[in-house]
Amino acid sequence: MKAVDIAGVSKVYGPAGAHTFALDRISFDVDKGEFVCLVGASGCGKTTLLNLIAGLDKPGAGEIDVEGKPALLFQDAGLFPWLTAEKNVELALRLRKVSKKERAKRVADLLHTVRLDGFGDRRPHELSGGMRQRVALARALAQETQVLLMDEPFGALDAITRDLLHDEIERVWTETGVTILFVTHNVREAVRLGDRVLVLSSRPGRVVDEFRVDIARPRRLESPEVAAVAARVTERLRKEVRRHGHDDAAA
Amino acid sequence: MATTTPLPDTLDVELAGIDALDVPIAPAPSKARRMWSAAWPKLLATGIFLFIWQAVVWLGLKPSWALPGPVTVFKQLVNDLKSGVLPKATATTMQRAVVGYAIALVVGSVIGIAVARSKVLRAAVGSLITGLQTMPTIAWFPLTILLFGLTETAILFVVVLGAAPAIANGVIAGVDHIPPLQLRAGRVLGARGLSMYRHVVIPASLPGYVAGLKQGWAFAWRSLMAGELLVIIAKKPSLGVRLDFARQNNDAPALLAAMVVILVIGIIVDSVFFGRLERTIRQRWGLVDGA
Repeated sequence: MKAVDIAGVSKVYGPAGAHTFALDRISFDVDKGEFVCLVGASGCGKTTLLNLIAGLDKPGAGEIDVEGKPALLFQDAGLFPWLTAEKNVELALRLRKVSKKERAKRVADLLHTVRLDGFGDRRPHELSGGMRQRVALARALAQETQVLLMDEPFGALDAITRDLLHDEIERVWTETGVTILFVTHNVREAVRLGDRVLVLSSRPGRVVDEFRVDIARPRRLESPEVAAVAARVTERLRKEVRRHGHDDAAA
Repeated sequence: MATTTPLPDTLDVELAGIDALDVPIAPAPSKARRMWSAAWPKLLATGIFLFIWQAVVWLGLKPSWALPGPVTVFKQLVNDLKSGVLPKATATTMQRAVVGYAIALVVGSVIGIAVARSKVLRAAVGSLITGLQTMPTIAWFPLTILLFGLTETAILFVVVLGAAPAIANGVIAGVDHIPPLQLRAGRVLGARGLSMYRHVVIPASLPGYVAGLKQGWAFAWRSLMAGELLVIIAKKPSLGVRLDFARQNNDAPALLAAMVVILVIGIIVDSVFFGRLERTIRQRWGLVDGA
């Protein structure tokens, strides 16, 4: 059983005639409990793809099968500024009609999972970027989802915080057995985290290559093994970017 | 190869460490100090204003019966407050203000929500609302008096006309300025229809709404003063009537005393009530830069 199954999905933007393909017959799948990273240059339709999987948008063609209702993490946490960290997490439970008594206990558990005990009464603007992402992660876990979609969640964080959050997301992944589909620009990050790294082409977006990462966990971002795989992925991406250079020169 | 693998407890300590370093430290000045730093510029400005006023009086550019000095006006103010003339007038005026504003609040909010929701309504009346807001309320009076005569209804009608468009525009601006990310986050969490409104749209649009409420109050207060000057109802002492009465009697100190009351009420409601509400919301929503 696959957690995510994408078959021949296309998405077109713009008016008929002058339209561009954001995604063109893209196909891939993610196993239950697998950690898959998607990398691609600009214009590969990563955000479009996640919106489709999250059910925020409908594909023009093709089939999308997802196990349960996925949660989505954004680059800018997407927390509600008028709610405290606690209430942000609680809202996810409330919208799932969890009873009030149950909610208080679950919120405390979830904040502990992301190691934010004692920060529940802070509002998002009183937290650092990394802490906001962890609240968002706790909120996503509150949805009791089988599939976690992440849209460059650590892109705006400083290097040390990002490094720690790599460990943290890996721990949550191991503890909960959730399936993760993680989109990033950062090839090293993809190799550090993923069981598999999928390379997307740009305009239109398609899966052009796939790298299986067999390095034992826990991994380090700066380890030579990660660097070696990252070098191969980067070379593949650059080849993709060069293709566009030739296209433009020819046009 | 021996890579240094972080043990779970190491990660906990590291996360706690980076959190401690990252959490913004808000310097909290003492309450007395904060109040003083907010109060002294106002006190100084008031002092300078009173001094200039007195200086103009001393220059004798205008006869003293037309332009009395601050001391004379202050004595008159105390007198009128003690005698009960001003409190009574103020009570009538405030009652009209509250009733008129309450009606404007309901009308403005309902219209605002309807226009913010519907594309057709927005195309139809969106610019009309802004037009109404810029139209001076005084221009409505001739028609209003023809329609309602010199009655309470006439005054209330104009107060509502003055305040409701500003409040409606506040709602519309509040809804329009909701960051799309917050709407997406709400949908991902499963908020739909009514729950989307309750948990996301309404709280997210509150800063704009409160700004509209504040502006609505300013319009209501102005319209009310114009109304009370033009629509004078017998045996109903109000601040507007006080102004008109004092002018007819060439009683400048009484006139200025009433003006001081009008100004002070306007300031108190605007800055103490709405100002505080706005500040609280901006702070909670994280819209304030620094402290």
